[in-house]
Amino acid sequence: MKKTILTAIILTTIALGAQAQRIKGSDTMLPLSQKEAEEFMNVNPSQTVTVTGGGSGVGISALLEGTTDLAQLSRKIKFDEKQKFQSNGKSVKEVIAAYDALAIVTHPSNKVKNLTREQLEDIFTGKIKNWKEVGGDDLAIVPYARETSSGTYEFFKESVLKNKNYMTGIMSMPATGAIIQSISQTKGAIGYVGLAYLNQNVKAIHVSYDQGKTFVEPSVANAKNETYPIVRPLYYYYESASENKVKLFIDFVLSTKGQQIVSEIGFISVR
Amino acid sequence: MKKLRKITEQIVKLLLTVNGGVTSLAILLIIVFLFKEGLGLFKNPSVEKGYVLCVNSANNVERLSSYEIKQIFDWKTTDWNEIGGNAGTIAPFRFEEIFSLYSDEELGEDYSLLPEKLGEVIAKDINIIAYIPQEFFPQNNNAVKILTSENIRFSDFFGGTEWLPTTTPSPQFGVFPLILGTLWISLFAILIALPLGVGVAVYLSELASERVRKILKPAIELLAGIPSVVYGFFGLVVLVPLVQRTFNLPVGETAFTGSLILAIMALPTIITIAEDAMRNTPRAMREASLALGATHWQTIYKVIIPYSSSGIMAAIVLGIGRAIGETMAVLMVTGNAAVIPSSLFQPIRTIPATIAAELGEAPVGGAHYQSLFLLGSILFIITMIISISAEFISRRRQSKGI
Repeated sequence: MKKTILTAIILTTIALGAQAQRIKGSDTMLPLSQKEAEEFMNVNPSQTVTVTGGGSGVGISALLEGTTDLAQLSRKIKFDEKQKFQSNGKSVKEVIAAYDALAIVTHPSNKVKNLTREQLEDIFTGKIKNWKEVGGDDLAIVPYARETSSGTYEFFKESVLKNKNYMTGIMSMPATGAIIQSISQTKGAIGYVGLAYLNQNVKAIHVSYDQGKTFVEPSVANAKNETYPIVRPLYYYYESASENKVKLFIDFVLSTKGQQIVSEIGFISVR
Repeated sequence: MKKLRKITEQIVKLLLTVNGGVTSLAILLIIVFLFKEGLGLFKNPSVEKGYVLCVNSANNVERLSSYEIKQIFDWKTTDWNEIGGNAGTIAPFRFEEIFSLYSDEELGEDYSLLPEKLGEVIAKDINIIAYIPQEFFPQNNNAVKILTSENIRFSDFFGGTEWLPTTTPSPQFGVFPLILGTLWISLFAILIALPLGVGVAVYLSELASERVRKILKPAIELLAGIPSVVYGFFGLVVLVPLVQRTFNLPVGETAFTGSLILAIMALPTIITIAEDAMRNTPRAMREASLALGATHWQTIYKVIIPYSSSGIMAAIVLGIGRAIGETMAVLMVTGNAAVIPSSLFQPIRTIPATIAAELGEAPVGGAHYQSLFLLGSILFIITMIISISAEFISRRRQSKGI
């Protein structure tokens, strides 16, 4: 009896595996892809989609090795990654599935409302150490960053720090949830989180990328009309050769229904 | 019938031998693998693989250390004369910038004109330092020269004080703060856990009534079964704010918080083993002590504790082992800032937390990946030294006799 059940399970797995699509990569996009996959399977019961995280870099190397059909990346494919595909005789196609805005957050009791990019750079590289230097209370600044493995860490470094290194000994947290938790209980804290994670326990800073002429609040509307500067696209990458296999799913993500899910998760839709 | 039993016995013996051999071999192979992967790090160039650093030929700087490169691309070293060149403001140039200078059409099909354009850019500026892929290096341009690249050095790894493994062009693998952080946090964890643990063990084995013991012992053992991530979460939500408020600190994620959590986690191990050792004190010894007129307390600290000292030693070793290797809880409460610890109340970063947080994203086979393996090897050596020295101490104690 047991054997029959076991065989049945194995057989079904193999049968399903034949039509399964695998998505791998960025943890930021994990909730999005999971929700999309769920809805997609409701609409197309014959299809199976499995989603795993691991990081953007893991996703793209899995795509290169052929252990995944779609790679989800919270950053653009790097030049040398693209070169690797080319030298293997493969080419990749890129689809922007959604946009994600990064919000700069502080403790709710912090008086500082606005910061320019230059000030942010100085704070995270360790030049500005006290809130009074940017118009706040006399309080030490405690900057929080994500771990080096995160795409968010890289994006922030590129966009805000202009590729300079974070200060030595910056606090680095393993997850966005941990950043929110730490900032909500540390008075002098400052950090960055995806727009979707904003809540009452932290205060979002208005940011200026034009030397302080205009300060923009991080919100879905501002990210959509491109006034909020710290926005990054979220990508799916797939091999051009396997386009037919993944097209159905990609089309679903870009459809009205798919983009509705994007907004529900807290990202910004591409339309 | 007898023969059959004999054969079965032989087979069981053989199986056990094979089992033991294979297991030992597997463990040995894991260690060999760990070191082999780790030591590969020193065969990597200090500039990221596949890339080169170029300067204008008129520049008389020939080589730069890994740290100097990092300082230049952080805009911290700004003049060539600070690093042995002629005076002139350094102009760091990253490869991606070429795409904002020239359109894709200008760079030709499959980037065939890219080397030429890079050459032009570098030839134009005497103070430039360009970080470009090796394959696009302008071969035929005399105005461009490559800075001599050296391999990652042993001293940079063990003596370096900056851990920035994903920095380009030159990643910084200074493990010194990580090693110190790990030892620092474990030391204080054991200092907190030891008196508490031995105290509870004495209470349980000598003072508690049978009924209390029957409830308390399983309860403590249950604590050992709680997943470490749960401890970590508890630490982040409860201990971190508590520490911050109690000591009036700017941040609550400190080495002290980590030590506290580790102490709590090591307690069940220490209590259980120490208590077992104490209860194994022969009845004859206790009674002899009491018969000589010693009080209960004198019996405990003159007879029972010395007798069970090797057991307590084992408890300490296992406790330290748990503390040094603990990952999740520490990752969540220590702030993970790679600095050399100077006080208990500042964030630190440990080796296990670093491995756990970074291995997922490190490209397989790359320098970052290998450096994490080397960290694993270091962790292995530290625990090995601790167990060997503890074994040595407990053996010496025993031979002295009571």
